[in-house]
Amino acid sequence: MISQKGLRRVVIEPVTRVEGHGKVSLLLDEKNHVKQARLHIVEFRGFERFVQGRPYWEVPVLVQRLCGICPVSHHLAAAKAMDMLIGADELTPAGEKMRRLMHYGQTLQSHALHFFHLVSPDLLFGFDADPKIRNVIGLAITPKYKDLAVQGVMLRKYGQEIIKATAGKKIHGTGAVPGGINKHLSEQERDVFLEDIDQMLDWAVAALELCKSYTRDNLAKLKDFGSFPSNHLSIVREDGCMDLYDGKLRAIDADGKMIFDQVEARDYFKYIQEEVRSWSYMKFPFISKLGPREGWYRVGPLARINCCDYIDTEIAEKERKEFMALTDGKPNNITMCYHWARMIETVHAVEKIEQLLNDPDLQAGDLVTRGERRDECMGILEAPRGTLFHHYRVNEQDQVTMANLIVSTTNNNEPMNRAVQKVAADYLDGNEVTEGLLNHIEVAIRAYDPCLSCATHAIGRMPLAVELRDAHGELIDSRSKGA
Amino acid sequence: MSDEITFTIDGVEVTGTQGQTIMQAADQAGIYIPRLCWHADLSPGGSCRVCTVKVNGRAQAACTYPISEGMLVQNETDEIREWRKSIVEMLFVEGNHFCMFCEKSGNCELQAMAYRFGIATPRYPYMFPQRDVDASHPDVFIDRNRCILCGRCVRASRDVDGKNIFQFVNRGRETRIAINAEANLADTALSAMDKAVEVCPVGAILRKRVGYAVPVGKRKYDHEPIGSDIEARRAKS
Repeated sequence: MISQKGLRRVVIEPVTRVEGHGKVSLLLDEKNHVKQARLHIVEFRGFERFVQGRPYWEVPVLVQRLCGICPVSHHLAAAKAMDMLIGADELTPAGEKMRRLMHYGQTLQSHALHFFHLVSPDLLFGFDADPKIRNVIGLAITPKYKDLAVQGVMLRKYGQEIIKATAGKKIHGTGAVPGGINKHLSEQERDVFLEDIDQMLDWAVAALELCKSYTRDNLAKLKDFGSFPSNHLSIVREDGCMDLYDGKLRAIDADGKMIFDQVEARDYFKYIQEEVRSWSYMKFPFISKLGPREGWYRVGPLARINCCDYIDTEIAEKERKEFMALTDGKPNNITMCYHWARMIETVHAVEKIEQLLNDPDLQAGDLVTRGERRDECMGILEAPRGTLFHHYRVNEQDQVTMANLIVSTTNNNEPMNRAVQKVAADYLDGNEVTEGLLNHIEVAIRAYDPCLSCATHAIGRMPLAVELRDAHGELIDSRSKGA
Repeated sequence: MSDEITFTIDGVEVTGTQGQTIMQAADQAGIYIPRLCWHADLSPGGSCRVCTVKVNGRAQAACTYPISEGMLVQNETDEIREWRKSIVEMLFVEGNHFCMFCEKSGNCELQAMAYRFGIATPRYPYMFPQRDVDASHPDVFIDRNRCILCGRCVRASRDVDGKNIFQFVNRGRETRIAINAEANLADTALSAMDKAVEVCPVGAILRKRVGYAVPVGKRKYDHEPIGSDIEARRAKS
């Protein structure tokens, strides 16, 4: 533990333009050398506890309340777990495809929100631009970027409308039920979406081009910005193809060597463990066989592009190849390349939406199926921010008795902390602390598109440390439990 | 001798027949009087008081009060609307009603009533009572967090199903619905097809594994407020 005597604490609270609440604390000595840098998650949710006792069919609708940005991800991950519970091992075509459409709509709206509203001001105005202009409103009132801001809003709207048509509501719908879905997509709904799909694809491709050229133009600075070699984890299809909705787990190391592959959702806990630390409500997952020091990994768009062998839509696959060429086909460990990877996925989501809209299975056929009931179930999914794990046990009276969630952002806990440490060391160390320099730290966190409110799940296992200090900051006494 | 009776509701002349309650005559005339414990297939309970009207200046329950010639009924006044709103708000704070994930949402009469009255949030403090859940029955789930003590299940089980499974116990704020078994609903003769299960206005007694089968947009109160069906009769006549 670092002694805080003689050190100055600088706190960024709250971290802005991310979902949820977090803070960064820096400990600096008298010469402004960074002694410690941490991202703390200050919220607590508790869903894993209060879902206990509730009937299992309620869970997909209940747990999605974790989040207002990507509730669809929790809705679908829980529904997938409940499919396993009721023995619906293979959904009907309508059930599977309606859920996929919902999920790609979610990916589109979430990625668009992140890129256009939260991140583009940093990229277009500069990391240390005046905060008065460094935001989405600044974008909208700058003539050069006005169209871009409108496109961002419209892309997000399109994704939200897809969610409404499949889940019933834009936020916190009820569409996915254990064993399938509760509605078809009407021809009328389909035709409205098809009318605008070409425009959406054009805008998504334009945003990708913007992000790509920005990254290439600034590669010298971005290459090392909050970057470090890491393991990567994602879901892939059996043939190694990117699949955001369903598949099996794959993990690779920083050089692309396979750590594990084709791990079923039901076996996730044999490969992934979680560590709790005293200063954050967010857990630290790691790959079991590598241990907590070496086994941490990244998830999300960068990890997904690194892990998959190919993408099954035309433009996204061409772009993936170009992306991988930047690092000679080896895994890309450049933190700021998350944005480029995210925009490839945005294009992929639009291409997938178009394929699905042209599929007649959405208009007919059985909506739900079921099989032999089980008492334990897991659902995994590639949420916009990364791999999402839902795990439940249900008693014979249909009540949930145990829930464990490893939320996308939780997987990125250690990487985000490393990014914060690296940027603090590279940019702040020895310098006068300015708002612009502090925003550099936030830029590194934003690359991961964290959803901090979703990611706080340490009830009952949270070690607690209490320190008593006098008016001069001297430690008088301390107590701790569980650490 | 004719058994027709003529009286007024908010100044509108209404004709009913001897033996009808104010609510029956009003329904027939297309005038909606809000209600929660009342159900078309059950005898009136008169317990929730949401249907309170003024009869010749005195507060009465419209679901139990018989009509008489020339009576003056007040239904839609500011004072009465405020009483009804207060009752609904008290029902919300007295239980644990989490509409956002309740499967009855969109089909719930309590929720629909709140929407009709424009209740965004209750003015009273939430009581957060400790209520229990009984999931023991293979096909029926009881969540007492959502019970509003309307007594529909009590009357339906006694008068329609002939099983007498449900009954009120305790008094005042401790009142709750009990079952005629030592511990679990599974030990009663209840069937998922019983009237007592069908008539629950809220999400307290539910058939298991139905959940959210009806999509948003197709639920009973998704498009029209509660009472619109009755008011439509007046519009037609």
